[in-house]
Amino acid sequence: MNALVYTRFELLRTLRSKRFFVMALGFPLVIYFLIAAPNRGVTDLGGTGIPAPLYYMVGLAAFGTMAAMLSSGTRIAGERAVGWNRQLRLTPLPARAYFRAKVLTAYLMAGLTIGLLYLSGTLLGVRLSAAEWTQMTCLLLIGLVPLAALGILFGHLLTTDAIGPAVGGLTAILAFVSGTWFPLGGGVLNDIAQCLPSYWLVQASHVALGGASWPLKGWLVVAAWSVGLSLLAARAYRRDTQRV
Amino acid sequence: MSGVKTVTAADRRAPARASRPRSLGRATAAPGLSGGARRGAGGPGVAAHGLTKTFASAQGAVRAVRGVDLELAPGETVALLGPNGAGKSTTIDLLLGLADADEGTVTIFGESPAAAVAGGRVAAMLQTGELIRDLSVRELVQMIAALYPAPRDVDAVLETAGLTALAGQRTQKLSGGERQRVRFAAALASGAALLVLDEPTVGMDVEARHGFWQTIRAAAAAGTTVLFATHYLEEADAYADRVVLLAGGRVVADGPATEIKARVGQRVIRATLATADLDGLRRLPGVSAAERHGVAVALTCRDSDAALRALLAQFPEARDIEVAGAGLEQAFLELTGDDGVSPAGAHPVGSDMKETA
Repeated sequence: MNALVYTRFELLRTLRSKRFFVMALGFPLVIYFLIAAPNRGVTDLGGTGIPAPLYYMVGLAAFGTMAAMLSSGTRIAGERAVGWNRQLRLTPLPARAYFRAKVLTAYLMAGLTIGLLYLSGTLLGVRLSAAEWTQMTCLLLIGLVPLAALGILFGHLLTTDAIGPAVGGLTAILAFVSGTWFPLGGGVLNDIAQCLPSYWLVQASHVALGGASWPLKGWLVVAAWSVGLSLLAARAYRRDTQRV
Repeated sequence: MSGVKTVTAADRRAPARASRPRSLGRATAAPGLSGGARRGAGGPGVAAHGLTKTFASAQGAVRAVRGVDLELAPGETVALLGPNGAGKSTTIDLLLGLADADEGTVTIFGESPAAAVAGGRVAAMLQTGELIRDLSVRELVQMIAALYPAPRDVDAVLETAGLTALAGQRTQKLSGGERQRVRFAAALASGAALLVLDEPTVGMDVEARHGFWQTIRAAAAAGTTVLFATHYLEEADAYADRVVLLAGGRVVADGPATEIKARVGQRVIRATLATADLDGLRRLPGVSAAERHGVAVALTCRDSDAALRALLAQFPEARDIEVAGAGLEQAFLELTGDDGVSPAGAHPVGSDMKETA
């Protein structure tokens, strides 16, 4: 009961925060219409075989959801800075429930971003089967697991001054190398990108090409980052609480 | 002075008496225990024994807490009194389990601090700690209350804390004193059996202070155990059943508030008096220490009335006479000797007087 109430208020706070609406919702939506609308007739974007409205719909969903997941880190850092975490540690709310509330809130925000971009996509002519929509959504949600962990890691590692540039810069770089703005094609950069979880977020749009989800490499990359970042996040949290 | 135990510098230096603070804690818990029994609350309260904590800092290791013993009976209201840097906040952190003690043990209602916190038996108002933004005052208090197993009615708590008119206001738009009241309301709304308040009235105006203490008294009357840290002697005197005096990371006295007040409530007589020798002044009745600054003398007095009469009788040339309440800092000096507060030897007379008195 109690942890649910906490999650409800956490969600309410996020919905009231302007930063979230700008970074995770407003920005991707505006960019989507700016890039995809003029190219709505392109049926094979950069040799990917994917129409431009679909490619950018998923690409910008990847961008917006990354921002949503990492924003939990910004919120944790802010709460640490004002001593709110110390106060919470004196309540019966278990640390696990605290993180569950943060991750759940981030996922609900990501879901909102995905939903709005899907709606915008259909306005620009994206047509997929129910199975393809579902599969694509599942891949996006799974691909966000390492970013949820990264948000918590950042929140306990960085100060409020450092986390803004860190989250903004990282989101921009990940989005670029992962092909949010345009498909990168081959090359070294692409090889590097394939080792990043964000690349596989953008690749979720490939389900439209015939049902294939990620190749084994994609699953392995996402799983490895999920485990690694979760361990680091747990360690950062423990160190942070011991320091008082 | 019965009931007040003073730990002198000499005691602390003697290794053979290392266990003394422990027995001191037990002895002074007696009045509180009877208070608890009166309210019908049985069982263990809060007990801390032999707490020490050292921090690393740029200037080397800082021994913030050097062997603190503290006991609270259920339903008792205890003030942790001491000047800034006495170790009050660190002691509270150790009690609450926010920091791990280097040595010593803490139990809260017979459990570890972590278990008591997890069970919702503790609520605290820390000295630092802002509110999170984007919630209204009522929502924030509701949120905290919902985390506890037996919270109080949120609207009643807001009313008590004088926050009804501000209930719909967003937390980021409050003034400092208003935020302090919200933090208090959140602690109160928990319905926890132990309230720990670290300098709770800092930033409150007189009216808010008054309302705050009325509320604490009502909570204590209903059986809540209250521990509050303060550096105001008046607050400790007016609202605590018992006062634990902390200086230099140690408990220097522990007893009923009135007796602590008599003990530290000293006065200082200042006068222009070029002729008198310090030894003569020290021998005056009621004087515990004398200092000279040029032609001015300052007499720290246990009984300023007797001292003043004797001073005027023996030194009729004294003029520009002033009698003032000694600051808490000076009172602590009297109780603690020179240890940890000023360089050794700076107030040898004070120490001598205390030990021979």
